[in-house]
Amino acid sequence: MNLAEKENEIIEEFAIYDDWMEKYEYIIELGKDLPQIADEFKVKTNLIVGCQSQVWLHAEKIDGLIKYTADADAIIAKGIISLLIQVLSNETPETILESKLEFIKEIGLQEHLSPTRSNGLVSMVKKMKIYALALQNK
Amino acid sequence: MTFEVDKIRAQFPILKQTMGKYPLVYLDNGATTQKPQVVIDAITAYYTTQNSNIHRGVHTLSQNATIAYEGAREIIQKHINASKSYECIFTKGTTDGINLVAHTLGKTIEKGDEIIISALEHHSNIVPWQFLVEEKGAVLKVIPMNQEGELDMKAFEVLVTKKTKIVSVTHVSNALGTINPIKEMVKIAHQVGALFLVDAAQSLQHFSVDVQDLDCDFMVFSGHKLFAPTGVGILYGKENVLNNLPPYQGGGDMIKTVTFEKTTYNELPHKFEAGTPNIVGGIALGVAIKWLSEMNLKEVQLYEDSLLQYATSEIIKIDGVQLYGTAKHKSGILSFLIEGLHPYDVGTLLNQQGVAVRTGHHCTQPIMDYYKIPGTIRVSFSLYNTIADVDAFIKALNRAVNMLR
Repeated sequence: MNLAEKENEIIEEFAIYDDWMEKYEYIIELGKDLPQIADEFKVKTNLIVGCQSQVWLHAEKIDGLIKYTADADAIIAKGIISLLIQVLSNETPETILESKLEFIKEIGLQEHLSPTRSNGLVSMVKKMKIYALALQNK
Repeated sequence: MTFEVDKIRAQFPILKQTMGKYPLVYLDNGATTQKPQVVIDAITAYYTTQNSNIHRGVHTLSQNATIAYEGAREIIQKHINASKSYECIFTKGTTDGINLVAHTLGKTIEKGDEIIISALEHHSNIVPWQFLVEEKGAVLKVIPMNQEGELDMKAFEVLVTKKTKIVSVTHVSNALGTINPIKEMVKIAHQVGALFLVDAAQSLQHFSVDVQDLDCDFMVFSGHKLFAPTGVGILYGKENVLNNLPPYQGGGDMIKTVTFEKTTYNELPHKFEAGTPNIVGGIALGVAIKWLSEMNLKEVQLYEDSLLQYATSEIIKIDGVQLYGTAKHKSGILSFLIEGLHPYDVGTLLNQQGVAVRTGHHCTQPIMDYYKIPGTIRVSFSLYNTIADVDAFIKALNRAVNMLR
């Protein structure tokens, strides 16, 4: 699946629910299902600045593709980073850097997050792209 | 006559809103209160019929605006029982008032002079004093608190010395709701000749406060937590104390005469009110306080206490709830955490169900450090909240907890 197809999959998934409480239920499930990050990666340098809860993000390049792993102390933040990982993980640094992530607007996620959390979302995307940039020539 | 909440609530248009399919349940009154129609109307009326600059115009509009603005000062004076209206200085709010006192009194502070605050203070009653520690070598002492969130009065008596210049303490804790025994504390401070500042940002909206009875030297509060707009507040100071302070900001209105060689300063209250003030804010604050003072505040307090008690008794039924702030004397605030759940997750899901609460450290990081927690979920009440609000909150909270566990 390419990036656009992965985004579409999420858009379709969210369209099933008409109530935002149900959408949150789905985000929470995603958060609970996010694979554990190794403790060695839960360090200060992996913390995303600008989130109201603690979110750790780690990235590595395997066979030219970026693999992200993450954890958070708040489950909704964990669900949101899980959505981003679903879309951006296993892509090339170039694809990640060019991605517009239209699905965020499409599913209405931004409006449904409080401004502080919305800032957190922006910070998450920014950190993911910074990793992609840093790993581009490695 | 008992307190009729429905009649009060009907005067707040914003509370009729729905958030999506849920009615708005506004429980973030510690952050700011909503405005009654009379206050909203006063703002519109001012700009529709009165707008002009005050204290200097010869024309009718300016004279009327001046009368309205100074009239507001008198309403405020009566409400807090200040002996003179010019003891009430208009400010931008509580933070501005504390900074004014810290800055002006600070000019007389010498190395080794002591300033006492408490473990319950908001950052705005910590940081302005820390400036004096850095700039003047003052010593900042902190009255400790116990697990319930009550100040240790025995420790306070020991902390106060002949070197203590000022004691600055909150009337009601914004994070825990504790009501501090201010009258008793003022007496202790005065025994060594120290001044006393009361941060009344969280008290005046809940019960009546009499500055002469407390005998405090300063009291500060914000309009927006008292049914008035943001950007306006009051610094009350005893006349002789204010007269002994140097001016704060320089500018128009605060001067008597200006030459390039020497400026003489105006009298109270204008000495501390440089520049064109927030005129409409001041007038609206007068309207809000008049509106509040026409109520039986004893009944308001009893009503709010009953809401807090009901909410407390309902919330402890939820598995894993931990309350923060269980002082014997409390007002309007319920701070809590739920075992294993992050406050932001709970706050987000409450918001989705129309319930507005505050999550975080509430600008009181030292209190959070004391309990070794990053923050709490805070529910704060006002006189327009109802038992139905509490029920809606508890129902939403139960749903959030079930989703997150």
